[in-house]
Order: sequence, then C-alpha cells, then structure tokens
Amino acid sequence: MKKNRNVAIIGVGQTVHSSHREDVNQPEMIHEAVSAALKQAGITIDDIDCIVHGNMELFEMVHQPDLWHTLGTGAYGKETLRVTTGGTTGATLVCAADHLVASGLHDIVLAVGFEKLQEGHTTGGITNMADPLWGRQLQTGALTGMTAADLIEEFGEERAKKASMKYRIIMDKHAMKNDKAHRRLGLEFDQADDLAKNSPALVGELRMIHMCSQSDGACAMIFASEEKAGKLCGQPAWIKDHITVHREELFCLFGGIPYMTTHKYAAQKLYERNGIRDPRREIDLFEMYDPSSWWGLDWLREFLLLENDGHIKMVENDEITMDGPFPVNPSGGVIASNPIGATAMIRVAEAALQIMGKAGDHQVKKPVNQAMASGFGGTMWTVLFLLTKEVPWQ
Amino acid sequence: MPGDRYRNKQIIRVQGAKGSRVPVKIIPERLNSPLDALNPRTLYEYLKGAVMGKRVGICAVAQTTYVRDKWEQRFQGMGLDVLESLIKQTGVDFSEKNGIGMSINVSDDIFDARTISDNAMTDVLGGHFRCEEKVAQEGAQAIYYGLAAIMSGHTDLVLIIGHCKESQGKSRNMVTHLAFDPFYTRPVGLDFCAAAGLQAQAYAAKSGITDEHLADVVVRSRLNAVNNPFTPEAKVVSKEEVMKSPMLADPIRELHAYPVSDGAVGMILASEERAVEITKNPVWIKGVGNCIDRFFLGDRDPASNFALKKAAKRAYDRAGIKDPRSAFDVMEISDQYAYQNPMWMEGLGICDEGKGAKWLESGGPDRFNVNPSGGMLAGNPLILGGLVRSAEAVLQLTGQAGKRQVRDAKTALAHGVMGPAGQFHTVIILERD
Repeated sequence: MKKNRNVAIIGVGQTVHSSHREDVNQPEMIHEAVSAALKQAGITIDDIDCIVHGNMELFEMVHQPDLWHTLGTGAYGKETLRVTTGGTTGATLVCAADHLVASGLHDIVLAVGFEKLQEGHTTGGITNMADPLWGRQLQTGALTGMTAADLIEEFGEERAKKASMKYRIIMDKHAMKNDKAHRRLGLEFDQADDLAKNSPALVGELRMIHMCSQSDGACAMIFASEEKAGKLCGQPAWIKDHITVHREELFCLFGGIPYMTTHKYAAQKLYERNGIRDPRREIDLFEMYDPSSWWGLDWLREFLLLENDGHIKMVENDEITMDGPFPVNPSGGVIASNPIGATAMIRVAEAALQIMGKAGDHQVKKPVNQAMASGFGGTMWTVLFLLTKEVPWQ
Repeated sequence: MPGDRYRNKQIIRVQGAKGSRVPVKIIPERLNSPLDALNPRTLYEYLKGAVMGKRVGICAVAQTTYVRDKWEQRFQGMGLDVLESLIKQTGVDFSEKNGIGMSINVSDDIFDARTISDNAMTDVLGGHFRCEEKVAQEGAQAIYYGLAAIMSGHTDLVLIIGHCKESQGKSRNMVTHLAFDPFYTRPVGLDFCAAAGLQAQAYAAKSGITDEHLADVVVRSRLNAVNNPFTPEAKVVSKEEVMKSPMLADPIRELHAYPVSDGAVGMILASEERAVEITKNPVWIKGVGNCIDRFFLGDRDPASNFALKKAAKRAYDRAGIKDPRSAFDVMEISDQYAYQNPMWMEGLGICDEGKGAKWLESGGPDRFNVNPSGGMLAGNPLILGGLVRSAEAVLQLTGQAGKRQVRDAKTALAHGVMGPAGQFHTVIILERD
C-alpha cells in the first residue's frame, strides 16, 4: 500500500537467544540488542527520535515495563510508544514504527521487542488469555495437537509425520548456522524415525521436538525515512507493505467447518495489493512464524496459496532449505528461538538482514530482492510483511 | 508583504516528498517573516517544522460512566456500549472498502488479569478479519498512534476503545507496585501512590503548596464533577472533610487521590476528507507530544517536570503555539493526586515555575478553565486518563459539554500521565474550525 513516504530498515540487533539469561536483567538484555542495532546502523542513541516498545506483560508480571526498561532502551527524554498484541507484538511494533516514520512525525525510530520467559510461566500465561467462563477449561496454552491430527487425517500418518519431522530437522540445520539461535541441536535426517517415536508427547502427535522453545532474548530494529536512509545505509531493506488480520476469540470453537485462515486471507490481500501472481517465484525468501513444525508445514500451504499436498511436496523436495529455490527461515525460525515479544520482530529483522546481505553464516546464496515475513499470535492472528531491496514507491 | 498571497487562505497544498501534495495550514503571524518566499516549496520547508502535514480529526467520542464497581458489566460490555454510541453518531461500519481500517484497544494485561487483554475485545473492536492493535500505555497514546497511522496513509478511519476495571483487583496499588523493578525498588514496597507522595513532598517544598491548597483543589474538582454526568458518584466535599481525610502517602490524603473506577471510553479518528463526510463538527488534532523521564526516582529531580516540559514543548511546536498561556480555551489534565493539578500547570508553562501556590490562590484553575469535568480527581481508571481527558476536550469543543460547557471553546489541551511520579507525560492539542 502506498504510504506518505518510504520507510527503510537500516539496522538490526539481537541478543543471543537462550533458555536462561541469568547474567542480565530485562533492561540489560534489551540494551544488548539496542547497542547492536545502533552499531549496525552506524548511529548513536542521540539520533533516535522515538522508541517503540512491546512484549507480553503478564509473562514477567511487570506493569507497563517500558518505564523500567527506559534504562536499557535509551528512551530517556525521547518520545515513546508501547504497543502489544500477544504473539504478533514484534510484528505490530514494526507496523507502529513504519507508521511513525511514514507519517512524517519522526525520521528515525527504534523499535524493541523482548521477552524473558524464564522469569514467568509461559503456558500458564498463555492459558490466562482464554475467557475465564467460556474458553479457559479448553485452553492448553500454546500447545495444540489439532493441526497434527488434521494433517495425519488428510495425508496419512506416515507421510504427514515424515514431512513434519523433515521440516523440523531442516529448521535445526538452519539454526546451526545462526549463532543467535537458542536451540541448535545438530539433528540429522537419519534421526527422524527415532525422534518421532521417542520425543515426549505434549498433545496428541505434537511432541516436544516439534514445538518451539521458550527463550530469553530481545530484538531491536531501526527505521528511517528515505532521506535519512540514503545518508546512513548503503543497502537498507524497504517496507513495501504490511497487513494485519485478527480474528475473534471463540470463532469456530467446535470445529468441523471449513473456514478461511487469517494467514491465507492476509496473503491473498497482500498479493492482490502488490500484483503478485506467483508468490513462490516472485518472492525470494520467507521468514515464517512457525510455532511448531506441524504448524510450519501446514501454514506453508496457507501463505503460498497452495493446493492439496503442495506444501508437503515442497518439504519432501527440499525446496525450503537454505540453498533451495524458496528458502524458509534460514534463521532457524521460531522453533529454534522464541522470546515471544521479540519473535515476530525477529522474522522481519531476519528477512531484512537477508535483503541487506548482512545475515552472516545463514545468508542464502540466491539474490533476495523481495522477502516476506509473518507474525502469528492471539487466536490465530496474522501480520504479514513484504520487504524489498529496491525503494518501493517512487 | 512577501506572504500576502496566502493571507486569506487557511490551507494551501504544496509540493511534498515524492510528488505528493501536502496540505499546509497557514499561520497568519508567520507570513511576515523574511523567510517567507513566494515559492510554496520554501514556505513549506519553513512551516513544516511547526505544522503537521495532514489534518486528522476526532469525529465522535463516547464514554461510559466512571464508577467504583461496574459489577454488572464485563469489560467487553462496557466497550460495546461505547462502540454502539460511536457507530450511532457517525454511521461508520467495518466494511472492507470504506469502513474502519484500524481498531486500537487501550487496556492493560495486569489490570484485566488476561494475557493479551485486547484478545477478549476483538469482536467488540470489529477486529474479525480486520486490523486490530493494542496500545498498552497511557490512553492518550492511542490518539498519537492513530494519528500516525492516518498521516502515514495506511488508513483513513481509526476506532479507539479503551477499557479498565480497577475494581477487579484487591488493590490497584498491587498492580502499580509491579511497575517497579524487582531488584531495588519493589522490595522497598513502592507503588504509584507512594512514589507520588515523594514527588508531592518535593513539589510542595518548591512551590509553597500546603494542605489547604490541596484541599481547595479537591473541593473545586468535586464542585465541577457534580456537573459531569459521567462521574455520578462524585459528591461535593468541604475543605474540612478533605483536610481530615486519612493520610495515604504524606502529604497525599485519601480525598487527594482519584477514586478507584471502572469505565470505558472511545473515539473515531479520520483523515480530513473522511472526517467532513461523517461529522459536521470534527475536532482537529493540532499537536501531539510525549516524553519519558528516567526510571529510578533517585536519578531524577522529582519536582522538575522534566518529561512534561519536553512533551508540552513538542506538542506546542507541532501545533505552532508560542504562548501557551493565551492558546487554550479549556484544559483537561490528568490530576491523579491533588498536588499534580498545580504541578502539571507549571510543567505545561501555564503557571510560573515554583509559583503553583500563588497560581491557585489567584484563581488560576478557573481563569484557565482547567478540568471543568472535575478532571481525573473525579474519577476514571489510571490507564485511560489522557484518553478520557481528550474525550472531554472534544465534548467542550463541539458544544456537547452540557452544564460544564465553556462558552465558545475553540482550542483545548488534553494531558495524560503514567508511571511513578509522572515519569511519562503525553499532551494532545485539539482545535475546531
């Protein structure tokens, strides 16, 4: 969608994501990401006009945490905004920063997403999201075995389980090349059968190995107007478009009815708005919010508007690997690292790094001119981004 | 004079970035500047620092009453009342083509005891297969965010609904206690009320504020609040009653503190083109500004008004206001505790630094029409402060303020505050044509 003015991503910073960051407190952890982003953008905190902050406050039980985190974000004396939308928070922070720069209110905006899940109870926190009268008894945190059951029903147990485990191992192989990733297990494809059988079951066929981690970590991104980006950054990543699609809490509670997913709806709208007819060819890379390898597998079909078993074939044919024709999550994705308030931002950040050519060891070989990144949260909510290497709107 | 050709125009459109035509509001007194060239581009460059590019209007506001315990309603119900009123006033809907393009919820996970507190509001906000987001900060920041989303060109119609039920927790102080860091300040037992007590001490010493001054502030607030149908539980109190009420955090007494309240508030923001379509009397957002101070109380001068001064300056600059004392017909400020009423007026530059006591004695609050609604002292939940103040300001500017109406009000200032001892301030400046 054409905006008032173009917005560029000129710097990205991440902490190392880990299950325990006992060496730092929340502002100190955020400070690591902020410093790294400033360093990459080649600016100082004095150049930042406004700071956007977000996470899910019930996890750490800190009320309005941006107040305390001023120590780490560097917001002292600046304009600020705090936006939170659950799992999509990180992506919504990028939307907010995009609006603030595109509006002309600010020239350079810093956005910070973080979570220190070690300091709270993640599944307890997520269960608290459900309505206390109607939904809480049914809520199993973020763990759901429904997608696994659906895929097994549609494609047969053997094929579905194999594809899901292959997706998992591909993600681990990607994570092994990303030194910020939390879980780097060194899995090999010949372990697939053993893992499918022996990894502890969580809900139905969703096993521990399929599920994303609970991580401590932070991500910071710096956004600039076209004028500033031209002076500061040789090759920024440009935000061409983004779309947010939420959904009602108790929609389709009893299942059994075919329904439109927010992922598919968002993708259709985004492609339509930007004249994309064949996403697999026109988009070079996809950083997808994949909370489990079952969801990651299933959502490929939704986002890429595939029919029948197109998504399973993509995995079976190695299309989504780092060297494949349509790389998905060269960072290792959410299965590897999941500091929730930062997770969706990391998707956009990683896609941006690939465009900027700054992804390091997990930089894909093919040229990345147009990349997509997704955020997921709430009750199946989607935020979908389209980033480009060229300035999007003249 | 060089700028004469623009003198009779309110708005001109000039060449903006990338070929766009940017509406610029003409400020007549600026036209005499030697910098004013005949070239619109130069004029734009000169004015753009002071004037916001695209006009965004508030087209309707709605509120529930603010009472101690809305036990009969869940927060979704309060939100629905607000939504229905907004839709009735403007006729907007959620259609994809022409409807609300973005819904912003203001709420707090910890007050609501719900992770992703906006999740429960998705249907009320029309967020089903639409864009819905949550501002988890001082409520007026939703206006700041909605403004940015419209000015960016992302959408032209924004719905804001904020809700909070302070009655749900055993004590709101337990919630605000959690805003303190767990290592140094939580163990001391701080909450926003205790922090405000420390600030009140420092401010009273600086500006000569006494217990009597604070009682006067409360008495005046209650007298105003009786005229405000949204604060039905506010009762007139005498100075003696206030001065005898129990101490919460010296010098803050129980009656110096805003009452525990439940309620919801909402508004509709629109681009200039859409605003004139859906309402006869839009109120334009003329300036916004906010600022955050250091976190640790010991790192700040608590009586300095550092954040408010900066927030106000940003808003005044964007609105092109040079002299705040002559700029506003009505001011709605978030006075969570009585001492804040004169203190924030110092920060906003309405009252001389350190002269809060004199300002109160000389009838400053009435002279500047501060909080004809009764202000936050008459009651609204913590996180909604600035949003409720902005809604009140809109009612004043559109002549809908009933018994508390300030005659011919044309320009208003609304203010919100969050954090311990006013760590964060946000200022919104509104104007009608």
